[in-house]
Amino acid sequence: MKDPMIDIRNLSVTFNRGRKPVKAVNGVSLSVNSGEVVALLGESGSGKSVTMRSLLRLHPKGTSIEGSMRVAGNDVTELSARELADYRGATVSMVFQEPRLALDPVYTLGQQIEEAIMRHENVSRREAALRALGLFEKVRIPSPERRLMNYPHEMSGGMLQRSMIAMAIACNPKVLLADEPTTALDATVQIQILLLIRELQKEYGLSVIFVTHDIGVAAEVADRIAVMYAGRIVEEGKVADVIQNPKHPYTRGLLGARVELAHGRDRLITIPGAPPDLAALPPGCAFAPRCAEAAAQCITDVPRLTAIDDTASVACVRYA
Amino acid sequence: MSAVTTDIDAPVGVLVAKSPGFWSNVLRRLIRDPVAMIALAIIVILVLIAIFAPYIAPYDPSKGSVIRRLKPIGTPGYIFGTDELGRDMLSRLIHGTRLSLIMGVIPVPIAFIIGSTIGIIAGYAGGIVNTLIMRTIDVFYAFPSVLLAVALSGALGSGLTNALVSLTVVFIPQIARVAESVTTQVRKLDYVDAARASGASAATIIRVHILGNVLGPIFVFATSLISVSMILASGLSFLGLGVRPPDAEWGLMLNTLRTAIYSNPFVAALPGVMIFITSICFNLFSDGLRTAMDVKS
Amino acid sequence: MINLVGEPSPILPVGERGGPAQPLISVRGLLKHFPVKGSGFLKPKKVVHAVDGVDFDILKGETLGVVGESGCGKSTTARLLMQLITPDRGEILFDGESAGETLPLSEYRRQVQMVFQDSYASLNPRLTIEESIAFAPRVHGVPAAKAIARAHDLLHRVGLEPVRFAGRYPHELSGGQRQRVNIARALALEPRLVILDEAVSALDKSVEAQVLNLLLDLKRDFGLTYLFISHDLNVVRFMCERVMVMYLGKVAEIGERDAIFEKTRHPYSSALLASMPKMNPGERTLEPPLSGDPPNPIDPPAGCRFHTRCSFAEDVCRQTLPPLSRISGAQSAACLMAMTNSGHSRAPVQMEA
Repeated sequence: MKDPMIDIRNLSVTFNRGRKPVKAVNGVSLSVNSGEVVALLGESGSGKSVTMRSLLRLHPKGTSIEGSMRVAGNDVTELSARELADYRGATVSMVFQEPRLALDPVYTLGQQIEEAIMRHENVSRREAALRALGLFEKVRIPSPERRLMNYPHEMSGGMLQRSMIAMAIACNPKVLLADEPTTALDATVQIQILLLIRELQKEYGLSVIFVTHDIGVAAEVADRIAVMYAGRIVEEGKVADVIQNPKHPYTRGLLGARVELAHGRDRLITIPGAPPDLAALPPGCAFAPRCAEAAAQCITDVPRLTAIDDTASVACVRYA
Repeated sequence: MSAVTTDIDAPVGVLVAKSPGFWSNVLRRLIRDPVAMIALAIIVILVLIAIFAPYIAPYDPSKGSVIRRLKPIGTPGYIFGTDELGRDMLSRLIHGTRLSLIMGVIPVPIAFIIGSTIGIIAGYAGGIVNTLIMRTIDVFYAFPSVLLAVALSGALGSGLTNALVSLTVVFIPQIARVAESVTTQVRKLDYVDAARASGASAATIIRVHILGNVLGPIFVFATSLISVSMILASGLSFLGLGVRPPDAEWGLMLNTLRTAIYSNPFVAALPGVMIFITSICFNLFSDGLRTAMDVKS
Repeated sequence: MINLVGEPSPILPVGERGGPAQPLISVRGLLKHFPVKGSGFLKPKKVVHAVDGVDFDILKGETLGVVGESGCGKSTTARLLMQLITPDRGEILFDGESAGETLPLSEYRRQVQMVFQDSYASLNPRLTIEESIAFAPRVHGVPAAKAIARAHDLLHRVGLEPVRFAGRYPHELSGGQRQRVNIARALALEPRLVILDEAVSALDKSVEAQVLNLLLDLKRDFGLTYLFISHDLNVVRFMCERVMVMYLGKVAEIGERDAIFEKTRHPYSSALLASMPKMNPGERTLEPPLSGDPPNPIDPPAGCRFHTRCSFAEDVCRQTLPPLSRISGAQSAACLMAMTNSGHSRAPVQMEA
């Protein structure tokens, strides 16, 4: 089998601001093949965004990163500042939750896309402008010539997210990182963006990591799902398997708490309690305090992510 | 996500575990800021000097002598030298602390009270009331503060009280502006809407929900004005619009010593150094206060 | 489902007047246009048609869900109902009495309370939790000690131990805990109607489920009526007895839950439903049900507001604004396809005898 496009091994990310260091990611290993879409699913504070941002080394100063990350043959932790600048955008690009904050308000969208192309490739502005027009048509923005001359504040949220995607694929990257790109959008627009990402992914053969808190969104776009809890991956598998036959008690709880299943019942089944404080993680399984099936071993030992068949792994003593 | 803080042990007999309030947190952080604490210490020392001036000063600040004129720094008995009338500089600087601090500090709290009131009313009321108040304020704002202070003092006539009045008037629009913008921001927050939905009157909402959240930032801004006020006050005295000779005040001393600037420049610069030290201390303290109040947790 | 018809609620609501058949809230012709900033001076004056003539009832003891895209007027409707902004036109009847006229505003506000989406912005950072909850009763003249006691009782009811939480400040709580505090605060005046404006939308899914359960418990125990605004149709389907779909400041469709979700009559409602992500990876959405973003409420299209995005639109839709008309006892829709003899080719035709 050929090398995976993204290979994260034993990644840990610690933020050293404030009084206590916060270990946001705690030994995550994940690989994504070429042309594969993996959804990182988790609640706030689960470390899903931090894991993904590590692939672009987007963390603030004073953050310590351990472990190894290889993307398309590059060792991400070893890249020099110059190599990093070439790598960002050309090999790996990112789509953010709030395009309004990610785009520069004082330049038109056309200028920003042209700049992005010209920074990575030796082309004239004229050619870059033509490419930008093609990209706007590709992401199906109506009247693209006129829209390229718009400033970000003149666009609606959905159109802005389309422009953001156009910019992300401008330099033909191999990997697209999507950080909750549809969370701030209306459902009617969200589905359009999801379909667009799916379509572009197929056409360009992109590897995609899609961070989301919404199982439904993951079900719409992903080939595989990795569920994160308190900085660790607790379950990983094919999208249909995870959704129809979840193994880890947390995943089961999350799927069981969905309102869609509560039809005709007058209460929802919930996971009791709240996620742990990342600055003071329990010594054993981070989910043990909320788990109905916790055994004595769960409180003392951190369960390892163990393969249970060719495609699925779970971090729970019941499957070890 | 916000980390849950460690539980505070409830004292025996008290039902509810009370978290430390906002201001005690600010105080704690401020005490840990060495720069702000050094600045505060110098300010305290200056205040003490002002209070005990007659006991500290080695000589009478107004008693001169023709034979002792313009002695340089380090002259035995007169370590800071003497001025153009042969008066002891050290004694004059010590006595000058009194008037200089009064002129620098007094206008600010008065302007703080008046300016905040105007600004908070404008910010909370919004609409036409806001427009009327703020456009009037803008008229004052249109003049540079030095020019406005000089013009007002000139119109009112020289003297300490008139200088204080004109400085106060200069600062009111500035404070009102800050108060208005902070209040407008707080006014839009949901908790103010929740309070309105509970049927509370405007006065109650301002007292309970607005004041606590806007006074802090306005206060920080006002402390930063103290240094400006000191410099403006010195300027007024320098122009002969503030304190009149033979009273000791740093700005006035700077003025009278300017004739000696070539013969004895170090002595002539001393009052300026004092103004500089004092105003920078107030500035550093206000910066420390701002940082201490900035953080949410 | 709780509070089935015929099952008497354990506590009779305070101030009950008009009897169970009378709607708790009747809104008629509610209209609010906001002027656009910067327009009107040497430029044509522009207005946002935020809420553009809306009629609906909230029945006693029910949960009415409001759904729609951003800019459809959900939140403005909530703020109008809460009297935080004054309507340009229209009437709000509370249990048969006109709010602000026969029913004084302060009394109305005591009976209608609201929970906002942003749990942090809706709590005063300088007040402790108990002070925030006790504020409203204090305003209405409850003595301090009694108001604090009530705050502790309510904290207990929303699942926060008063001993641990009453003296804390908002930033020391998690999002879910803060939203519980906001719910407790809304209940402090013993209201009859609680407006929940995206109250659970910002919470994590596992926490959201806990808060939804809490809302159901409180509704049963206090005999409350809810207006539940949300963009999540699944949550609305679980929580609400009746649902109102809004589009560009107008009601597109309103009716009983099962009618709206299963016998949808307005094409916009169907599109909204079809836009929800499918939970089965084998049946993924292939075509987006709607293209483009919701149009700008500054100048809404003439005729039916939805015709620019509707796949069934005909000429008549561009000219005629369809009124909200009754389809069955359980449902009303504002669509020409649902009205007899409307001129639309898909409209039911009634032969004249």
